[in-house]
Amino acid sequence: MLILLFAIVILHIAALVLLFVSTIVNAWVSDNGSTADLWQNCSSSDTGVHCVVGYTGEWIQAVQAMMILSIIFSIISLFLFICQLFTLQKGGRFFLTGTFQILASLFVMSGAIIYTVKYRDWISGDASFGYAYILAWVAFPLALISGLIYVILRKRE
Amino acid sequence: SWERHGLVGSEIKLYCLSFSWRWLSEDVSFSWSYKPEAAKDSISIFHFARGQAYVDNKGPFRDRLEFVGNPKRRDGSILIRNLEYNDNGTFTCDAKNPPDIVGRPSSVKLLVFDRVPTRAGVITGAIIGSVLGVVILILALYYLMRFLVARRVLSLSCWLLFLFCSTVEKGKKKSGKEGSQQRQVGVKDVLTYLQLEILES
Repeated sequence: MLILLFAIVILHIAALVLLFVSTIVNAWVSDNGSTADLWQNCSSSDTGVHCVVGYTGEWIQAVQAMMILSIIFSIISLFLFICQLFTLQKGGRFFLTGTFQILASLFVMSGAIIYTVKYRDWISGDASFGYAYILAWVAFPLALISGLIYVILRKRE
Repeated sequence: SWERHGLVGSEIKLYCLSFSWRWLSEDVSFSWSYKPEAAKDSISIFHFARGQAYVDNKGPFRDRLEFVGNPKRRDGSILIRNLEYNDNGTFTCDAKNPPDIVGRPSSVKLLVFDRVPTRAGVITGAIIGSVLGVVILILALYYLMRFLVARRVLSLSCWLLFLFCSTVEKGKKKSGKEGSQQRQVGVKDVLTYLQLEILES
């Protein structure tokens, strides 16, 4: 069933896209008019959007590292899936692919947890979480489910 | 120009390395001058000439400055002890090796902190590098073990490495049988529908 193959790949790519968007877009925290993320603080005024370099503490760097690692592991997992599709023995499991995808989901979970716990160090006032932060939390179960599917999948004759 | 970070109360070594094609002359000289952050003029704080070092004895660095360079290696570095907040500013080193005197003096900006701030990306890179390194190491060890066991270099009764041995056994079993999995009951029956069908190439 090629449809199943497509569905699994689409799920994996969806998780990967969510990870990319969450890491790159400047919308982890938003206040009226100003947004901040892991890399920059931006504020929009009449003249446009001005961004300055964000915070450089140890914990924000840990969150940056977790998000980047989750992206790297998810890409490696996709590459491994294509590799194992052609080289795995019949009846074999996509164990390596699943492991990397599950690790990616654990990394994004750690990053989101660290950010949730420590964001008061960087953001003051009544700031609300932006959509990039929510996407990070959505990417975690997607990647986890995708990884688990790989682990229980078997290559048929 | 460069920026150096220093902790208040500690010491810092400011480097001055010069390059010249000529042999070292006896008249080689190093001069350090200091311009405080908000000032426009710089004052001279150190001079080395004819094998003799002259340190600041009445300026802001008296009793805190020491020459730690090596003139034979064209190194005119100085050491400042007991950093204070007033030491923020630009230090310029001018090295001359006559007749090779045409050159641009190099400046370094000193910033004195309560706590040295972590530079952006240092910890990020360290975490990423170490995690990837550990993963590569584990994978390398795993495949090495599998290779060695398959070639019968290591005996299969490796009780310490039972994990690697068991996976190799499973692999051999799978290639032998033709997909018959009678031991699966219940959930696994549903999961057999998830098995992939690969187009025969």
